[in-house]
Amino acid sequence: MKAALEAIRAAAHQQLQQAKDLRELDDLRVRFLGKKGELTAILKRMGSLSAEERPVIGQLANQIRESVEGELAARTQALKAALQAERLRAEAIDVTMPGTAPAPGRQHPLSIVLDEMKEIFLGMGFDVVQGPEVETDYYNFEALNLPKDHPARDTQDTFYISENILLRTQTSPVQIRTMEERKPPIRIIAPGRVYRSDAVDATHSPIFHQIEGLVVDRGITMADLKGCLETIVKRLYGEKAVVRFRPHHFPFTEPSAEVDLQCFACHGQGCRICKGEGWIEILGCGMVHPKVLSICGIDPEEYSGFAFGIGLERLVMGRYGIDDMRLLYENDVRFLAQF
Amino acid sequence: MDLSMRWLNDYVCTGEMSPRDYCAGMTMSGSKVEGYETEGEEIKNVVVGRVTAMERHPDSDHLWVCQVDVGNETVQIVTGAQNVSAGDYVPVAKHKSVLPGGHKITKGKLRGVESCGMLCSLGELGLTVHDFPYAIEDGIFLLGEDCDRTPGREIRPAIGLDDVKVEFEITSNRPDCFSMIGLARETAATFGLPLKEHTPVVKGGEGDVGDYLRVEVQNTTLCPRYMARVVKDVKIGPSPRWMRERLRACGVRPINNIVDITNYVMLEYGQPMHAFDLRNVAGAHIIVRNAAPGESITTLDGTLRQLSPEMLVIADENGPTAIAGVMGGEHSEIEADTVTVAFESACFMGSSVRTTARKVGLRTEASGRYEKGLDPATCAPAVERACELVELLGAGTVVGGAIDIDSASHSRWAIPFDPDWINRFLGIDIPAEEMVAMLARLDIPVENGQALAPTWRPDLESKADIAEEVARMYGYDKIPTTLLRGMAEGVVTPRQKFDRKAGVLLRGLGMSEILTYTFISPKLYDKIRLPADSPLRDSVTIQNPLGEDTSVMRTTALPSMLQVLATNYNNRNPEAALYELATEYHPTTPEELPEEKPFLVLGAYGPGWDFYALKGRVEALLAELGVAGVEFLPCTHNPSYHPGRCAAIQVGDQVIGGMGEIHPEVCDNFGIGGRVYAAQLDGDALFRLHTAEKRYAPLPRFPASTRDLAVICDEGLPVAAIEKAIRAHVGSILEKVQLFDIYRGAQIPEGKKSVAYALILRAPDRTLTVEECDKAMAAALEGLREVGADLRS
Repeated sequence: MKAALEAIRAAAHQQLQQAKDLRELDDLRVRFLGKKGELTAILKRMGSLSAEERPVIGQLANQIRESVEGELAARTQALKAALQAERLRAEAIDVTMPGTAPAPGRQHPLSIVLDEMKEIFLGMGFDVVQGPEVETDYYNFEALNLPKDHPARDTQDTFYISENILLRTQTSPVQIRTMEERKPPIRIIAPGRVYRSDAVDATHSPIFHQIEGLVVDRGITMADLKGCLETIVKRLYGEKAVVRFRPHHFPFTEPSAEVDLQCFACHGQGCRICKGEGWIEILGCGMVHPKVLSICGIDPEEYSGFAFGIGLERLVMGRYGIDDMRLLYENDVRFLAQF
Repeated sequence: MDLSMRWLNDYVCTGEMSPRDYCAGMTMSGSKVEGYETEGEEIKNVVVGRVTAMERHPDSDHLWVCQVDVGNETVQIVTGAQNVSAGDYVPVAKHKSVLPGGHKITKGKLRGVESCGMLCSLGELGLTVHDFPYAIEDGIFLLGEDCDRTPGREIRPAIGLDDVKVEFEITSNRPDCFSMIGLARETAATFGLPLKEHTPVVKGGEGDVGDYLRVEVQNTTLCPRYMARVVKDVKIGPSPRWMRERLRACGVRPINNIVDITNYVMLEYGQPMHAFDLRNVAGAHIIVRNAAPGESITTLDGTLRQLSPEMLVIADENGPTAIAGVMGGEHSEIEADTVTVAFESACFMGSSVRTTARKVGLRTEASGRYEKGLDPATCAPAVERACELVELLGAGTVVGGAIDIDSASHSRWAIPFDPDWINRFLGIDIPAEEMVAMLARLDIPVENGQALAPTWRPDLESKADIAEEVARMYGYDKIPTTLLRGMAEGVVTPRQKFDRKAGVLLRGLGMSEILTYTFISPKLYDKIRLPADSPLRDSVTIQNPLGEDTSVMRTTALPSMLQVLATNYNNRNPEAALYELATEYHPTTPEELPEEKPFLVLGAYGPGWDFYALKGRVEALLAELGVAGVEFLPCTHNPSYHPGRCAAIQVGDQVIGGMGEIHPEVCDNFGIGGRVYAAQLDGDALFRLHTAEKRYAPLPRFPASTRDLAVICDEGLPVAAIEKAIRAHVGSILEKVQLFDIYRGAQIPEGKKSVAYALILRAPDRTLTVEECDKAMAAALEGLREVGADLRS
């Protein structure tokens, strides 16, 4: 009987090692360990053994059972691992193939930069307001200290709808509308389209965008104007941006200034990008003219303020290195896809 | 305004200052420099030479072999010019020299004879006969006595081609700076240099101006001052080199001594001058008056111009002889044989000159200056300077006396000077005395707390103007930078949030943003097939458009979208999916501003795009924006769209937009092959109907039952009607009804379709029983029968 048990152990060992898949292993489990299996068959015959032999054989039979079970588990484990490995090997893909996704839509570069500007100004306590593009002569010119025969009107070639209605040449009329509606303190920006009778070329468009800004309160100084605009320029162009304020003339501000950004390419030495000047003009600004405050019913003895106007196109073109303004209004999808 | 540095130095000595530093300083004090240019800068290694000997080229009948003394040596040069003789002084471009335009000259052989350079013509030096009237265009420039003729001398200083031209951008508030003296004043103030003032001295004296000319000013409002002096025995000829040179540097072409003097004085003083040939002033009588109805004049440029009564003219007894402040007439023009000249130095009202110049369509150097408002006090020194120059040039004899009809005020005006306010306003802290000193540099004296504005500074009106003068003399760069005080919170309005959200959603749905011109051609209304009587054809029209293409403000943004799609199609982009947050402009009454309405326009073409692809995006957009109860109803009458593939988008009875496939004819009109889809949504309506509020609804706790249902109905029955019937009849336990199949073909009769739905049924408080579900399905079928749909057996 002992010999029979040893024979089972040997046979089980040999067959388990040869088994090629999980089903064969299961068959072997049934054959050797199952209820009708070989080991059970032997154990059933234990009754015929002597009292001395019985525990010895019983112990041996258990040893063999454990050994077969152990080997079966190990083989099962090994075969499963091999199967898993094989599956993974078979499922390998070329990870360098392109991914798939629906193409997202793009925001227009002008609107990207405008959104950025709005964020900056909102953070500084400015509201964003709007005014009409088709404007009256009064708001676009007269209330801004540009009476009918003012020579500075010639510098803004105006599209007229009728004698008194025109397409606004600047966003500044929103200053007037705001001062008429709100009482100081006022902090607003007014972005929008403006119109000038310029023929289309790489740097001109009869429609372009400005961002107007206005601050009115007690005790606003020119130093505040400088501080505010310098902060904005640094937020837009980075902390290293160098700006200069230089005197200029706008009928609705006094003193007036233009703000130049030191050319990034040449650091003020003069190069092709800045046309040899070393500086690139980026915005116009000034202290709100006392006449303009009075016209809007704000006492210039009590309040002061500053205003500024930034051209959006130039900002966007500088930011992205766009060399032709026409691209902004052509809206070729290959252009739009770049932003 | 171009400035000659050489001329400027008559009035202020800029010494060793480099042009770069000069320009930087002037820009920072308010006179913006656009750029500067050194005359003849490119010219290298070109010198004065003296032709010592010349002989014919042995191998040519038109070339000459010259021996030229160039100072330290004599070089041999072959020339093809025929105007050179031994003894002439000529410009010599030596071996390894450079001429304007970067032309390099090296030695070489001409038909076997060595030539060590080139003799130059005026043109080769970048000049014309206007610069040297005695020279000829097509020959070598033979240097006259007005040049430094030392052999070997650098050519640029020898002929005066070495001035520095500075180009200023003068703002319209500073008419005084359109002159050498004005800019000299700014230069002196900016750099703290002394201004060398010059008072013209005229010997004159022979006879009296009254014997030659009478002047009458009929309109003293439009002509506050009119001065005239007369010069007799005029000898017309070229003006001297120094004068020609300065005119050239300022971009003015020299003509003859008298005309050059008028231009010279205008550039120097900023005061336009006019010279009349007195021969042709009828009755020797100048009348400054408004033009009579129907009068006309032929101006100096040979054009006949119609005049109207609001225009001021200078007339003689026969009629207008000049348009005041704009341009002289051809008839009294200075000619080669002019003998007696009257110089006019007058002050005309700026706004009148501006209007007249505009109306006759003529902008001149003179009108540009007048319209900004000139100082009547300058008339006198200017006419004196002209006469002084006549004597200096020996161009004639100045007649004694001057005519001066003057109703203008010449006194300075007072502006309050409040140093404390200035400090507060600018955010600086400088002593009053320092401000007074700065203002003094600008010739603005301060007396008894009042700043006295010079007559040439019409821009100075209020204390803010005085603050600006202080600020620019102090230096804008020295003003500190401070941060805005006080707390403030920027507020984003619900509308702004809505617009931004719409953009974010559309981009998420694969649409890209575009920006288009808001003015369009009215022909685009034809292209989108608007009927002739469509109210959308009533647009706000621009009176002075750049062209027909941009002449009306659009009443619909659809054509703008189609144009962009067409551009993309023509650029061979296989697909485009775009949106615009557009504005449309609807006229109201002629006196009132139009209504500016926001519209959301979507457009797409390319593979993957069809009606439903766009509809899906529109639905998703509206759902995400919180616009509920949206219906798409068939719309056959929108002329821009395919009549069978167009929907009106409604909420209740209100139409909030439309969408569909663009009419094939419209596609043809825009040159787009293939199908195009578009949607137009009323931005205001969407905003009004949307809700940004969100509320939590408990998640379902009981399972749902899904039942499928297939019905057969007429081909023409819209699925929306089927859905509506199901919803109406099943009641509240219908959670969702989902279309999953439409089938036509075998087993389905002709003209019918089979439509299959999944109905998801659920109750919030219990698990539905089979009986409840069966009842719901029966109710659904009941409703469907009413709209003509039967269970597919």
